[in-house]
Amino acid sequence: MISAILSLAFFAQVLRIAVPYALAAMGGSITERSGVIDLAIESKLLFGAFFAAAVAHATGSAYAGIGGGMLAGAVVAAIQIWCCLRLGANQVLVGVALNLVALGGTRFLLQLIYHEGANSPPVAGFGNAVGTNPLVWLAIACAIALPVAIKRTRWGLRLRAAGDRPDALVSVGVSPTRARLAAALVGGAIAGAGGAQLSLSVGGFVADMSGGRGYIALAMVILSGWRPLYAALACAGIAVADAINIQLQVASIGIPHELAQLVAPALTLLVLIIGGGAHGRSPSALGKQ
Amino acid sequence: MSDLIVDATLDKAYPGCVVLTAATLAVRRGTVHALCGENGAGKSTMVKILAGVTSADAGTLSLDDKVIALPSWDRIAARAAAVGIVMQHGSSAETLSVVENAVLGTEGGEILALDAPAAALKKLGEKIGLPVDPHAIAGELTLGAAQRAEILAAIHHGATLLILDEPTAVLTPIEVDGLLATLRSLAAEGTTIIIVTHKLDEVRTVADDVTVLRAGKTVATFSTRDAPLDTKAIARAMVGADLPEPSTVPPPAADAPAMLTVATMHMKGLVKVNFSVRAGEIAGIAGVDGNGQSELARIISGLDRTDAVVTMGDTNASLLSPARRLRVGLAHIHEDRHHGGLLLDSSIADNLVLGRPDITGRFRIDRTRVAAFAKEQVDKLDIRPRDPSVIAATLSGGNQQKIVVARELSRPRIKVVLAVQPSRGVDLGAVAKIHERLRDAARAGAAVLVISADLDELFALCHTIHVMLRGAIVGTRSGGELRAPDAREGLGALMTGASTRASAAKLDPSSGEAIA
Amino acid sequence: MIVTFVRARAVESRRTAALAVVVSLLISIAIGSVLMLAAGKSPAYVWSEMALRTFGDPYLLGQMLYKTTGLIFTGLAVSLALDAGLFNIGVEGQVTAGVVGASLVGAALPPSTPPIVAVPLCLLAAAAFAGCVGYATGVLRVYRGAHEVITGFMLNAIIAGVALWLGNEFLFQNGSTRGPAIVPGARLPQLGFGGSAVNASLFLAILVAVAMWWIRSQTTWGRTWRAIGSEPTTARTVGIDVQHTQILAMVGSAALAGLSASNFVLGHKHAFEEGLGRGVGFLGIAAALLGRLNPLAIIAGALLFGFLSSGGLAVADIVPKELTEMLQGVVVLVVAVIMVWLPTRGVRVPTKGAP
Repeated sequence: MISAILSLAFFAQVLRIAVPYALAAMGGSITERSGVIDLAIESKLLFGAFFAAAVAHATGSAYAGIGGGMLAGAVVAAIQIWCCLRLGANQVLVGVALNLVALGGTRFLLQLIYHEGANSPPVAGFGNAVGTNPLVWLAIACAIALPVAIKRTRWGLRLRAAGDRPDALVSVGVSPTRARLAAALVGGAIAGAGGAQLSLSVGGFVADMSGGRGYIALAMVILSGWRPLYAALACAGIAVADAINIQLQVASIGIPHELAQLVAPALTLLVLIIGGGAHGRSPSALGKQ
Repeated sequence: MSDLIVDATLDKAYPGCVVLTAATLAVRRGTVHALCGENGAGKSTMVKILAGVTSADAGTLSLDDKVIALPSWDRIAARAAAVGIVMQHGSSAETLSVVENAVLGTEGGEILALDAPAAALKKLGEKIGLPVDPHAIAGELTLGAAQRAEILAAIHHGATLLILDEPTAVLTPIEVDGLLATLRSLAAEGTTIIIVTHKLDEVRTVADDVTVLRAGKTVATFSTRDAPLDTKAIARAMVGADLPEPSTVPPPAADAPAMLTVATMHMKGLVKVNFSVRAGEIAGIAGVDGNGQSELARIISGLDRTDAVVTMGDTNASLLSPARRLRVGLAHIHEDRHHGGLLLDSSIADNLVLGRPDITGRFRIDRTRVAAFAKEQVDKLDIRPRDPSVIAATLSGGNQQKIVVARELSRPRIKVVLAVQPSRGVDLGAVAKIHERLRDAARAGAAVLVISADLDELFALCHTIHVMLRGAIVGTRSGGELRAPDAREGLGALMTGASTRASAAKLDPSSGEAIA
Repeated sequence: MIVTFVRARAVESRRTAALAVVVSLLISIAIGSVLMLAAGKSPAYVWSEMALRTFGDPYLLGQMLYKTTGLIFTGLAVSLALDAGLFNIGVEGQVTAGVVGASLVGAALPPSTPPIVAVPLCLLAAAAFAGCVGYATGVLRVYRGAHEVITGFMLNAIIAGVALWLGNEFLFQNGSTRGPAIVPGARLPQLGFGGSAVNASLFLAILVAVAMWWIRSQTTWGRTWRAIGSEPTTARTVGIDVQHTQILAMVGSAALAGLSASNFVLGHKHAFEEGLGRGVGFLGIAAALLGRLNPLAIIAGALLFGFLSSGGLAVADIVPKELTEMLQGVVVLVVAVIMVWLPTRGVRVPTKGAP
């Protein structure tokens, strides 16, 4: 048992599980840092997963699938920004509504395109391999590059200013809405890539396959104080718990499988109870129009 | 080339409230110009228009001998015209570093190159005596350092006209001295400075010229070119020369019991504030905004839980919740009617009976009684429109405030009235109604405490006026003292800190008084 | 939400609200028509078939009313919380908790328990089980600062898993996904409609909605919980205990969600079943928003979404039923956008302490 946990295979499993969580959380932390409440992560994951599978199916290329997933995530983000900032709708409500749209919409598209109720046809994916899965590398690259980009680029500077003091941007002639859109598009694409990992790692889309990961990712964003690297690490923690749990199932000792699936949400809730709200300073303009 | 860098005549009104009426400002090149006036005189609005932060409704503005087209005058144009502004509460993004804030909008490329601007800021700061670490996070700096950083950034961007809106409000005395010295040396180097302030000791120290605004009009200008600045004359111009009208409420009997006593320790920005208000007495707290009045109100109403000792009548209310204090006999007119006084999305009637189980009944709302009560109060205070089902958000400020006053002062068995800025942003007709209701409450035997930045209001109402400055009561005038010809001037001097420390101590009978 | 007031004009708010609902519906119908076109069908044909079949067939009409009954409960639950400034996204899990509570108690009662005892006991159990979940959410929000949307979603997942585990481990009988039946006395009568699932719980739902309308508009309780949702600082100034009221509102909201078990367990399935009542929580958000938090209008909102749900099934041979599932999400989004343009009494969704 212990050796199973310490094995390389276990490590690979953790990485595989962590990638969708971590990409979703990193995407979410960028969007939120720019001042937009990102409850639509779930929607970006689900649409990302669907379009990754659809594009991979159509082109036969899993790499093209990643592109499809990222594009889908960015489009959801664009709709979110348009509703929230141009039309002035409530950010919490828009996020939840977009998640509902994704839940029904991906099923509708499954029917429309494949005449299937719950599964897309099998597509070329990345399987269990970790070293050859570009999404694993994308997640690692994001974890390293995003903090630098936030710190060292004009894009990052403006997204931080938009989340903290939008009127400071206005007073120098920069539109905070544009800065937020620029942030949310990148954040949406990254979350969409997380969705791509969901479908491409199992070789096809399954209805409702995001399973609340978007909400867990958002909780990790808040707990990590809106820092993408820490959010990714927190997600890795969730993934370790999930992976240990799978090992326990394989070894068939202990917890019933219905409860075992609850490790991630239970752990998240526990962290919320102990940790309460945020650790670190929340973007001051978060949720304001 | 004239020697004026700014020559402005400006009009500005907000819905239901005129802020500036043909207010003029003329600033000489290379001088420090102080813009003085009481709260609400229009100082901030005027400088915000100059800096392009707010737009003017009408008027003329020429800057550096160029006539400015006011409709297209915005912050971006003002920046291009070398006008820098440091706002009262700053405008830095707090999670950004000093240099990041400074380069915002002019980053000069996708990848930030901060080393050069950071070095330039550091060098500039050392040169003009505003040393700041360019890599420090703005939110982690002291308020003084954050302000220095903003001044530095403005000059870094080439500002030749630098506007400071109440810069000393957030500073410690030592920081104030440093800032004023810096402003003088900047002016000596050729930068023109406009400083908005109420504090006359600072004006005396730093200003070449002074413009005084009162109720949106320019009422006086002073210049060191003509004579040394007479701070008493400035104070008189700020508060107006009208003789005070005394309160029409008979003073409380000598043996009237104290209905409200307050004793605070050093807490929440307050320095040992001790006083009491007797039954039938109207006491006022005067002072420029932000000198601890809001904190005091929150302590008395129980909105902040503190160690302060507050008694109401015979009840020690120190540990009671806001709800319990209301039941003991407090009526509280909150300083912010939109967030504290009213539910803007509810009707006049609903707001009138909010938290009033004596009218509504404990569970089922007694419609007939509510309707009768609403009609009575609408008539009594002349709330318009007269239809109690109209939503509060659609009313003017004055009528909104009347709702709050009506609800609070119609409570049964009031022992203490806490009225915070009761007539702020309210038209004159409404002010009269509100004042009459406050006087009625005192005549009925309540202790009334009015916290206001408006001296006229306090003179019209109070038997006793305490002045708060930097969290402490620095002076008290009562009875006949308030009718002395120089009473207003003396209070103005206390509020603005113009009187010397020694005289302030002498004028302060309450400082040593302990109320247990 | 200050935007709402900036745009405020002295207009008759009820008429504007009605207008906003109509506009939302028209936009939603337009988007639905586009989806139908995408599916290669004529929107006019699909819409008319949906209406004709639903209202022409007693069974389908009954199924629609069965869906509506559940949505009335969850719509009321969401609106009570929203009125108090809280976004109860945990309704989904609270429904499951109520279903578990009602079916456990209903099955545990002696077989001869009379309805007058059995039904109230089951309802009480449903409300209590769900109420505990609401209490946890409220306490976490008030005392730990954890946003109710995230805790609500986590609790949804946990409750679904625990319920399934309870079923598999203790309740489900000989390989089925159905627990022991509740006693006959706890069962609510069916209303006919061609043998459809609609049952007497519909009357309970309408009764609860009327009671909620009365409490909300005619009592001090209603004033109190709406005051904290409208402007918490004012509420506190006039002596309302904001934290206490928030927790109570969350408990009340959850209890209402739990009462929907009367429809699913007492009225229809008569036992705990895996997935019973799933989806009704999220659609409750839609019904609440469309009803603009007015309990009586929520009945209409619930009818509309009941129609979309069962109507989608009725025309499943023409367009995929998933079309209407997606459309339900679209309606929420459209209503969320449209209601910003209302002057006053707009629905407020809390963003303070936001995630």
